[in-house]
Amino acid sequence: MSDGAPGGDAGYDEWADALAEDGYYLSCPAGHGSLPPRRVCPECGNDSLSEEPLPAAGEVVTFSAVHVAPPDFAEQTPYVTAVVEFGPVRLTGIVRGLDADEVEIGTQVGVDVTRNEATGNRLVVFRPR
Amino acid sequence: MTGVRVAGVGLTEFGEHAGRTGRDLFAEAANVALRDAGVDRERVEQLNYGNFMGALAERQSHQAPLMAEAAGLHCPATRYEEACASAGVAVREAVRAVRAGEVDVAVAGGMERMTNLSTERVTESLAVAADELFEVRAGVTFPGAYALMARRYFDRFGGDQTDLAHVASKNHTHALDNEYAQYQREVSVEETLDAPTVASPLGLFDACPVTDGASALVLVSEAAAQRHDLTAPVAITGTGQGSDRAALQDRETIAETPAARRAATAAYDDAGITADDVAVAEVHDCFTIAEVFALESLGLYEPGEAVGAARRGETTRDGELPVNLSGGLKAKGHPVGATGGSQIAELTRLLRGDHPNSEWVSDAEVGVTHNAGGTVASAVVHVLEVAG
Repeated sequence: MSDGAPGGDAGYDEWADALAEDGYYLSCPAGHGSLPPRRVCPECGNDSLSEEPLPAAGEVVTFSAVHVAPPDFAEQTPYVTAVVEFGPVRLTGIVRGLDADEVEIGTQVGVDVTRNEATGNRLVVFRPR
Repeated sequence: MTGVRVAGVGLTEFGEHAGRTGRDLFAEAANVALRDAGVDRERVEQLNYGNFMGALAERQSHQAPLMAEAAGLHCPATRYEEACASAGVAVREAVRAVRAGEVDVAVAGGMERMTNLSTERVTESLAVAADELFEVRAGVTFPGAYALMARRYFDRFGGDQTDLAHVASKNHTHALDNEYAQYQREVSVEETLDAPTVASPLGLFDACPVTDGASALVLVSEAAAQRHDLTAPVAITGTGQGSDRAALQDRETIAETPAARRAATAAYDDAGITADDVAVAEVHDCFTIAEVFALESLGLYEPGEAVGAARRGETTRDGELPVNLSGGLKAKGHPVGATGGSQIAELTRLLRGDHPNSEWVSDAEVGVTHNAGGTVASAVVHVLEVAG
C-alpha cells in the first residue's frame, strides 16, 4: 500500500531517493547545505544547487524515545526519533538496531531508507556504525 | 498612529465540551466579550478568527464567516492559521488594522474542538504542524519534537526533569481559582515525575491537555474608546512576530527558539519597553520545557537560566516575576486555535484587577504574552500596559 498522503508522494520520493544508494545533499555556491527536494538555497536563495555526497557517518544531536504515536507508527512504540548531523546538514529519522538506553548524544550512525512495516511507506532510519 | 485598547474579553470554560459545536463555543466567547466591552454588535467592523485543525476535527474549513454568523456579526471575517499561534496572529493583524485607522472596532480570537477525536487522531492532527516531508514521515510527534528540544537543552545548559516538574506543579497551583481552567487541581512534583513517559524526557504531566474552547477580544481605537465612553484601561502597546525554519533539524539551534526572540525584540521595540519592564507574563507552555524556552526568548532570563526558575520560586504567584497566573496551557488547557486570544484575555483581566489571581500582580503595569506555533516556527509576542 502506498502512503496515501493527501499531498502525494512526489516530494517525499525525491527525498527518499536522495538517501537511497550512496546519499546526497544539496550545496549552493556559498557552501550552505540543504536537503532535497529544493529549488533554491533556503539560506541565500541561490538556485544553483549541486548534489554532494552525504558523509557516511553522522552524530546524534538529540533524540527521544516516543511512547505515544500516531496510527502509522503506533505498532512500533516505543521507537527512538533522532536528529543526526551529517556534515553540513541534519536529518531526522528513527534509530534502528539500538535500544533507547543505548542511544546518546554523540552516538555515530549511518542513514538508510527502509519501509514502515505498518504502512509500507518509505522511512528514514539510522543504524549504528 | 492610534493606540489600541482591549475593551472586552470573553472565554468559554476550557475543557471537554462534548456535544457542542465549534460555532457555539465561539459564539459564547464573542458574546461575553461584546457584553464585557459594552460595544454594540453593529459597530464591529472586522472579525479576525484563529483556528488550526477544524478541517480535521469538524470537517469544516472556511470557518470565519460561519463564526461571524454564529456571533451575530456583519463584517468581513478572516481565518488565521499558524498552528498553535493562530489566535496570536489573528489578534496581531487586528491590532495592525486598528492602528492603521482602517477599523475602529475589531473582534479577534479563536476556537478549537479537539476532544471529539481519539488520542491517536489528536496526535496525528497536531503533528501536521510539523514539516510533513522531513519530520512527520519520520515519526516525529508534537510531544516528540519538544522532547528533542528538551534533550538538546539539557545537554547544552543543564537542568533536569525535576526542574520541569516544578513548572507543571506551579501552573496547576495557579489554575486553582481560575473558573475557566480545565484542571483546577494541584499536581505535585512527585506525581509529575511518576507519570507515564510520552516521549522521553517528557512525561504525561509535562504536556498540556487536549481541550475544547474559544476566546474573543474586542479591540478598539483610543478614539473609539473615548467616543463611546468605554471602560478599557488596558492597551496593547507592542506586537511582534517571528518565523523560523519549519523542521527542527534545519534551525540555527534546537536548544533555543530564535523565532520567539525575534518576536519579542520587535514587540518590545514597538512598545518602547525592555524586558526589565515586564512584571507578569502569560507564555506558551504546551510542554513544561516550552515555558523555559519562552522565558529565555523573551529576554526575561539568560539562555540556560530559566529551567530552574519555577523550582527557585521566581515565577510562582508569590515570586518576583509571576508566569502563567492563568494556569498556562498546562493547567488552563490548550484549545490550539483559541490560545493566543485566551492569553491576552487572561493578562487583561490580571492587569484590570478582575482576575482571581490579580492580587499577586496588583502593582504590575506591563505584561507580555507569548504564543508559539508548532515547535516555534511561528511566534507572536504582545505587550500589554495599564493605560488608565
